[in-house]
Amino acid sequence: MRRGRGEPSEGSPTQKMWAAALAVAVLLALPAVLSGYAVTIFILIFFYAFLAQAWNVVGGYAGQLSAGHAAFVGIGGYTAALLFERGVTPWIGMFAGGALAAVLGAIIGYLGFRFGLRGFYFVLLTVAFAEICRILASNVEAVGGAVGLYITFTGNPRQFQFQDQRAYYYIALALMLLATGVTALIERRRFGIYLTAIREDETACEALGVDVLKYKLLAMIVSSFLAGLGGTFYAFQNFSLQPGAVFGIPLSVEIVIRPIIGGAGTLLGPILGSFILTPLGEVSRSYFGQSGLHGAHLIVYGVLLVAVVLFLPQGAYPYLRKLLSRRNIA
Amino acid sequence: MAVGLTLIFGVMRVVNFAHGDMMVWGMYLAFVLATRAGLDPYLAFPVCAVALFALGVVVQRGLVDPIIEAPHEMQILLMLGVALVLENTALLIFGPEPARVRSPLARLAWEVGPLYVDVARLVTFAVAVVLTLALSLFLHRTDLGRLIRASADNHYGALVIGADVRRIYATAFGIGAACVGAAGALVSPILPFQPPTGLSLSVTSFNIVIIGGMGSLVGAFIGGLLVSVAESLGAVFLRPSLKELFSFSLLIVILLFRPAGLFGKRTP
Repeated sequence: MRRGRGEPSEGSPTQKMWAAALAVAVLLALPAVLSGYAVTIFILIFFYAFLAQAWNVVGGYAGQLSAGHAAFVGIGGYTAALLFERGVTPWIGMFAGGALAAVLGAIIGYLGFRFGLRGFYFVLLTVAFAEICRILASNVEAVGGAVGLYITFTGNPRQFQFQDQRAYYYIALALMLLATGVTALIERRRFGIYLTAIREDETACEALGVDVLKYKLLAMIVSSFLAGLGGTFYAFQNFSLQPGAVFGIPLSVEIVIRPIIGGAGTLLGPILGSFILTPLGEVSRSYFGQSGLHGAHLIVYGVLLVAVVLFLPQGAYPYLRKLLSRRNIA
Repeated sequence: MAVGLTLIFGVMRVVNFAHGDMMVWGMYLAFVLATRAGLDPYLAFPVCAVALFALGVVVQRGLVDPIIEAPHEMQILLMLGVALVLENTALLIFGPEPARVRSPLARLAWEVGPLYVDVARLVTFAVAVVLTLALSLFLHRTDLGRLIRASADNHYGALVIGADVRRIYATAFGIGAACVGAAGALVSPILPFQPPTGLSLSVTSFNIVIIGGMGSLVGAFIGGLLVSVAESLGAVFLRPSLKELFSFSLLIVILLFRPAGLFGKRTP
C-alpha cells in the first residue's frame, strides 16, 4: 500500500521513552479526577484502540485489508462466555478465545494467501467468513441463537466482573498497551520489516526469497489472537453478546476505520484514530440519539473517512508528525 | 442491480461499496414519488434511474476521479465512507421503520396450471432482461459503448487515441448507478426496505458479481439467478434464516478456485 514508511522519527530513544512513560502515568492517574461518564468513554477509547492496533498488524503493516475482524472478537467473546457457563474463569477463557480466534485467523489467512487473493478479493473473503460466523451464531441454539448470550452478574473479580468501572478502565488500558507493545516489538524486528516490505512490493519480496506466505500468516495469527482477547473484554463489560453486534459488519467497520484515519502501519496511528473517533462517535451518538436522530455518528465517520482518503491518504498521525518536525526546524 | 456494479468495476476497477446504499436511495425515491405524487413505481423507475445517474456522476467526478490512480484499497475505503454517509442520511431522513411501496400490480397473480405467477416479479424480471440486453447492445454497438470498453481494457491506450477517459468514466459510473436506481424502484413494491438494507444488498451484489465474473454482463445476470436459486433452495430445505449461508459459502468456494468468476476472463 502506501503509508508510514518508517522514516526515522524525531527525538532520541530516551526522549521517546520519557514521553511514553509520562503519557502512561497521566492515563494511570486520570480515573481519580474523571466523572463516571468520562471513564466509560475512555474505556471505549482504549478498547477500540486495542482492536485497531490488533488490526494494524495485518491491515496496516502487512497491508492485507481485512474487513472481517469482528469475527475474531465474536469468536473470542463467545468462547469465553460459553466456558464461563461451564465454570471456567474468563481469565483463562480469554486466552482460549484468543487461541480459537487465531485458529480461525490462520484458516482465513491460509486460504486467502495461499490462493493469492489480494486487495478487494481478500476483503470479500474476510467479510464472507465473518458473515458466516454471524449467521451460524444466530442460528445455533446451543450458543444462544439470535438472542445471544447473557452473562449473570456476580461482581467477582476472579470472574472478570467488577463493580467499579475503573477496573475496566485499567484492563482496557492494559490491553491497549499490550497490543501496542506487541506491535512495537514486531516493528523493530526483522518480522516487521518483512511485513512492510510485503505491503510495498510483494513480488519483489518473493523474488528476494522472503517466505511471504509465512509472514503474512503470522501477522494474521497475531492480529486475530489479540482481537480474540478483546472479545472477552467486550462480553464481560457488556454482560451480553449478540450475534449482530459482535460478528456484524458494523463492528468490523469500527475496527478498520480507526487505524485508517489515525494512520495505518504506524505505531501510534490506531491510538490517535481511536482518540479522535471514539469520543466523536459517542458524543454525536448520544447528542443526536436523544432527538431521535440515529446514525448521525456514522455520517461523521463516513465524511471523515472520505476526507482522509482524499486529503491525508497516510492518515492523521504521519501528518501531525510532519507538521511538528517542520515547526522544530523553523 | 449487479449489472450496474459489474459495469462500474469492470470499467474502472473501482469497487463500489456504496452500491446497495445507492439502490436503497432508488427505493426511497420510488417511495417518495409513490406517496407524494401517486406515481406507480413501475412507471417511476426511469426517474429514479436519471436521479441516480446524476448521483453517480457527482460521486465519480468529485471523489473517485482525484484518486483514480491510487491503489485499490484507497478506493474501497473511499466508497466505504460514501456508503456510510448515504446509508445514515437515509436513516436520518426516513427513519428506521421498514418501508414498502404499494402498487396495484403487486397484488395481481396469474394462475398458470398448478403455479401462481406473481405479476410484479414477472414484470421486474422482464425489465431486468430488457435492461441487460440494452446495456449489452450499448456497450458493443455504439461508439460510446466501445470507448467505455476500450478504457476498461487499457487506460493509457484509450488516452492515446484521444478518448476523454475522465468523461467516459463518469458516464460509466453514472450508467452503473442508474441501473441500481432502476432496480431499486422496480423491487420496491416486492421487497420491504429500510436504510440498513443497503449493506446486505451491497454484499449480495458483490456475491453475484464475483460468482458471475467481474466485468461480464452475462455473468452478472446468471450469477444473480444462481445466487437467488441457491438462497431459495436453502430456505426451503433449511431454515429461512440460514439461506445466506449458502451464498456466502458459494462465494468463498468461487473466490478460492475460480476468482475470475464463472464467466470472467480476467484473473485478479
